[in-house]
Amino acid sequence: MSLLEVSHLSKRFGGVVAVDGCSLSVAEQSITGLIGPNGSGKTTVFNLVTGFIPPDSGEVRYKSQAIGGMGPDRIYARGIGRTFQLARIFPRLTTLENMLVPVRRAGLRALLSHGQWGHERDRAMQMLEFMEISHVARTLAGALSYGQRKLLELAAVMMARPDLVLLDEPAGGVNPALLEKIGGHIHELNRQGVTFLIVEHNMGFVMNLCHQVVVLHQGRAIASGDPKTVRQNPAVLDAYLGA
Amino acid sequence: MSRLRVLKRVGLLAAIVIALILPLIAPDPSTTNLAVFTVMYIGLATSWNIMGGYTGYISLGHAAFFGFGAYSLGLLSNHLNVAPGYAPFLLVPVAGVISGLVAVLIGWIALRTRAATFVIVTIAFMFMGQLLAENLVKLTGGGAGLGFPYPQQWGGDFYNTPFYYAMLALAFLALATSWTIRRSKFGLGLLAIRDDEDKALAVGVPTRRFKLAAFTISAIPVGMIGAVYGYYVTYVYPQFVFDPLIGISMVLMVFLGGLGTLAGPVLGALLLEPAQLQFAYRFGASRLYLVFYAAVFLLVMLFLPRGVVPSVQELLQRRRQELASP
Ligand SMILES: Nc1ncnc2c1ncn2[C@@H]1O[C@H](COP(=O)(O)OP(=O)(O)OP(=O)(O)O)[C@@H](O)[C@H]1O
Ligand SMILES: [Mg+2]
Repeated sequence: MSLLEVSHLSKRFGGVVAVDGCSLSVAEQSITGLIGPNGSGKTTVFNLVTGFIPPDSGEVRYKSQAIGGMGPDRIYARGIGRTFQLARIFPRLTTLENMLVPVRRAGLRALLSHGQWGHERDRAMQMLEFMEISHVARTLAGALSYGQRKLLELAAVMMARPDLVLLDEPAGGVNPALLEKIGGHIHELNRQGVTFLIVEHNMGFVMNLCHQVVVLHQGRAIASGDPKTVRQNPAVLDAYLGA
Repeated sequence: MSRLRVLKRVGLLAAIVIALILPLIAPDPSTTNLAVFTVMYIGLATSWNIMGGYTGYISLGHAAFFGFGAYSLGLLSNHLNVAPGYAPFLLVPVAGVISGLVAVLIGWIALRTRAATFVIVTIAFMFMGQLLAENLVKLTGGGAGLGFPYPQQWGGDFYNTPFYYAMLALAFLALATSWTIRRSKFGLGLLAIRDDEDKALAVGVPTRRFKLAAFTISAIPVGMIGAVYGYYVTYVYPQFVFDPLIGISMVLMVFLGGLGTLAGPVLGALLLEPAQLQFAYRFGASRLYLVFYAAVFLLVMLFLPRGVVPSVQELLQRRRQELASP
């Protein structure tokens, strides 16, 4: 069963066709990699799927329902979380407060009450412990290292229990030791039932972690399948060599 | 640390007691007049801070709600023939609701913009309010102004007292609202919008609804305070309630005290409003105090860009850390 189904998606920015009739699907419970050279449209696909920019044409289906035209907040409420290529956190909130920002169901009672936080706070602390950054829970997020921000962003996205998480270069700008940790966290979360779609340039990381890989080239999906097969696909080699 | 907390509690309690008995210990009209205006600005700055401080959307047009509140109360009490005395105070919440509705309308449009554009749009709406009050002559009396019921029965020293308590009640309301929001998940969403609006969207914060709610919530007390102000001065003119300076004063007080903090707006109003009244009194209607305002603004921006409260907090934190690690 595919959780996310993207069909014939297109987006142009002025003269640049960023995404050009892209079709791909993400199987439920999978870790799917989305790879491709710089500028091939990976981040734009994320922005289209999560409602940050409207597509020119094409369709996005999630759990068999069309989600095109919805805003990012509503898409998040449906259960699709995302991170950004350059980790984005709320710098003037503490790490713990960052964890409590995500909203999945915005009922008035939930929004105005303070008492309900007890439970949410506990979960936030657990998640921070899982990511091994609970010692900076009370630190302003703006004072965290880049690696800690990456972990915090991932931890915060998980707070609303999304079913599908889109990670834009989780290994970007991160040292090898942390890289291994992040891979471990993703693997563990996936084991608990979370589906991932991951954009990543680090091939070792992708090959280790992903069950499925989709290759994007000039806005189109040119190949997909299990990592080993895709890697030997001549079209893919051509794309990466800049043919 | 717990000693500091006890000290804070005691200080807070003392401040509340003093605020409650002030007209008894200092009953002369010049003092109570000063108190009315200072408490008025505590309420205004605190309300403004909910939008400007928490959400980070700087509205320079909040005087619009002050004006709509004042005119609402004046027109309502005139048309309903409300007897002067305590009765007009009962209509203050209605003025608040009207200002709130105006805020929904203005916010619905203005909040399509961000940053500098939002600032300009709010100013434009403030002047539109002023123009309405000037030009709907049949309704508002236009440039000739609008009279309120005059409570003659409150002679002498007592006259200011009911207005003082009305302003105090509204200031408490604004503070309680601000405090509740700051501790709520809604408030956290507002702070997230201030830090990174698109990222907030990405984690499900319904930013449009949150911003509109914050804008409206911050406008309602301003409207009510405007209403009490109109009744207090008994006569209002369009340019003196839809007054850009009132809008700028609340902003300046919040910046001085500390943007986005609970105590900041209170402190800012306590420091600036008495000084401003002094200047206005000394130099009459020359509005020379504007120079003073500009100077304060410059000094704050240069030396205390985050305001007094956050700077002091930081200082205390550093001292504590120094004490902890000898
Ligand atoms: N908002 C935008 N406005 C104009 N052009 C854009 C915009 N966003 C992306 N593009 C262009 O679309 C193309 C695809 O960009 P995108 O960021 O999706 O690539 P990417 O695969 O994520 O690249 P990278 O690996 O470098 O992150 C690029 O040519 C880029 O310059
Ligand atoms: Mg990218």
